[in-house]
Amino acid sequence: MAVPSPPFSLSKHSLSNPPSFLASNPSLDPSKAPVLRPRNAFGSEANLGGVEQTRLRLWNNLKTNSDLRLQASRELPGLTKELESDKSERMERIEHGTDLFDEMKQRFLSFKKHKYMQNLELYEKLAKDQAPKFMVIACADSRVCPSSILGFQPGEAFVVRNVANMVPPYENGPSETNAGLEFAVNSLKVENILVIGHSRCGGIRALMSMHDDVETSSLIGSWVSVGMNARVRTKAATKLLNFDQQCKHCEKESVNCSLVNLLTYPWVEEKVRNGELAIHGGYYDFVDCAFEKWTLDYKESNLIGKSGKVAVKDRAFWF
Amino acid sequence: MSSSSRHAGMGNLSQEEAIEGLKKLLIHNDKDEQLSKELETKIEKLISELLGTTPHDCHPVRRILGGFQSFKTNKFDMYPELFSELAEHQTPKFLVFACSDSRVSPSNILDFQPGEAFMFRNIANLVPPFNQLRYSGVGAAIEYAVVHLNVENILVIGHSRCGGIDRLMELPENGSTENDFIDDWVQIGLPAKAKVKAEFGHLPLEEQKRECEKEAVNLSLTNLQTYPYVRERMARKALALRGGYYDFVEGCFKLWEVKSIISTPIRS
Repeated sequence: MAVPSPPFSLSKHSLSNPPSFLASNPSLDPSKAPVLRPRNAFGSEANLGGVEQTRLRLWNNLKTNSDLRLQASRELPGLTKELESDKSERMERIEHGTDLFDEMKQRFLSFKKHKYMQNLELYEKLAKDQAPKFMVIACADSRVCPSSILGFQPGEAFVVRNVANMVPPYENGPSETNAGLEFAVNSLKVENILVIGHSRCGGIRALMSMHDDVETSSLIGSWVSVGMNARVRTKAATKLLNFDQQCKHCEKESVNCSLVNLLTYPWVEEKVRNGELAIHGGYYDFVDCAFEKWTLDYKESNLIGKSGKVAVKDRAFWF
Repeated sequence: MSSSSRHAGMGNLSQEEAIEGLKKLLIHNDKDEQLSKELETKIEKLISELLGTTPHDCHPVRRILGGFQSFKTNKFDMYPELFSELAEHQTPKFLVFACSDSRVSPSNILDFQPGEAFMFRNIANLVPPFNQLRYSGVGAAIEYAVVHLNVENILVIGHSRCGGIDRLMELPENGSTENDFIDDWVQIGLPAKAKVKAEFGHLPLEEQKRECEKEAVNLSLTNLQTYPYVRERMARKALALRGGYYDFVEGCFKLWEVKSIISTPIRS
C-alpha cells in the first residue's frame, strides 16, 4: 500500500542555515572534474538494477556557496554513461537521487532569498489576489517554459501547458484546457490570450505521423487528433517538402487552428468582438532562437480565407 | 525599440554597448572573476531594464518582446552549446504537474531551467484517474513523459489560495453547476474534498480549503498510479512520485514522497 511519507518543511527559519553538504562536498568543486559514481537514487535502499542513473545538470546553481559560480555547461543532456575526467571543468553532475531534491531545496531557498524577500510587498499583494494580463497556452515540452523564454514573473501570466499547446473546440466538451480557459477569461478576465507553438514538437510529429484511418489506442494519439485540421491543411500545402519541414509548417498551422478554436467558445468570441480580449499566436524556434508573434484579426466573417489562411495582423519576428 | 526613448540622447548604440559590457561581467571565462548571486541578479536586472522589460511593463507586445530579448541575452546566447544540444532532443528528469495560477510557475519558484522538466499545468494541478475515453490531454502528457521521455520523477505541486480548490470546496452539494468546464474539471478532486470534510469538517472553511489543497496533491499522486506505465515503472523503481506544496503566504515549500511498504508478516 502506498503511503505518503511525512513532509519535510522548508520554513522561513531554515534560510539562515544552508546545508553544509553543498559547501563541503569536494565533488562539487568546479575546479576539479568530478566523475561521480552513481549510487542509489532517491536516497532509498531500492535496488535500481539496470536503471539509467539520475542526473540533474546544474547550471544556475549552488548559490549558497559564493565560491561557486554560474557555469556554462557543455555536457550533452541525458548522457547515461560516465563522462571522462578530462571533460570540461565547468560541468557539475549530481547522480545521487536525494541530491536532486537537495538541489531543488537550494533553488527554492534562493528564490525565496533573492526574489521573494526582495519584493515582499509585491508577493504580499499577489498572495491576496492574482490579476494577470495574459493567459498563455504553451506546450509541456521542457525547453519551452513561457516563464523562461518570455520572462513572465509571478502574477503576470496564467499558464496552461499541455502536449502540443492545443486548444480543443467548444463542441469537444470539457477538458483541462478549456477549464483553464473558462477561469482565465471569465474569472480572471485576462486581456490577452497567447498560444505558443515551438520547433521540433513531439506532439505535432505524432500528429503528422498518424495513419489516416487507423483508430489509435494511445492517449497521445487521441489528444493530438484535436489538431487534425492543421494536419490536413499542412499536407495540402506542403506536398513537396520533406517530413521535417512539413512538421514545422504544421507546428504553426496548429497554433492557428487553436486560435480559431478559441473563438468557438461564446464567451471568448463575445469579449474579442467587444475589444476586451485579444488573441495572439506565437512560435518559438529554439534551433535559431527566434520568436514569431501574430495577432488574430477578428472580423465578423471570413476568419479563414479561401486558401485556408487565418486572418492575422501585427506579425513580428524577433531574433 | 521603445526603451531607447528612455535613454534619449544616448541612442541605441550606447544601450547595446552597455548591455554588452554587462554581459561580459556575467561570462566567467577566467577563474579569478567570481560573482555573488546578488550581484548577478542585479546585473541581470539591469540588462532587463535596458532591454525594456521592467516588471510591470503592461503593453503586451513590449512585455513579451522584452522578456524574449532578456532570455536570449542572458541565457540562450550565454550557453550556445547547451542550447544546441537541447535543440536536438530533450531529456528532462522531471514530469511536473503544477497549477496554472500565475503566481506559482515552477520555473520561477524552483528555478527549473530549459530541458529539466516536462511541465503540465492545469487548474488545481489535478490528475484524473486513467481513462481511455476522457481526459486524454492529461493522459497524453503522462504517456509522453513516462513512456517516450523516460522521466524518472513525477512531482505534483499544489499551492495556497488555489482558485480551483476554492471552487471544488464550494461546489453545491446538489450537483448543479455554474461553470460548464471548470466545475466538470474540479470534480476530479471530489474524493479529496470528501476526505477533508470527514477529517477536518469542524474547521472553518478557509482552513478546510488549505487542507484540501494538500489532499488534492495526494489524490493526484494516487491517480497517477492507475496509469499502467506509471505503475510498471514504479514497480521496478524506475520512477519516483513526489508531492509538493508551495505556500506563498508563509513563504515555504513542502515536499514529500510516495513510498510503498510491505510490513512484516504477523505470525499467529
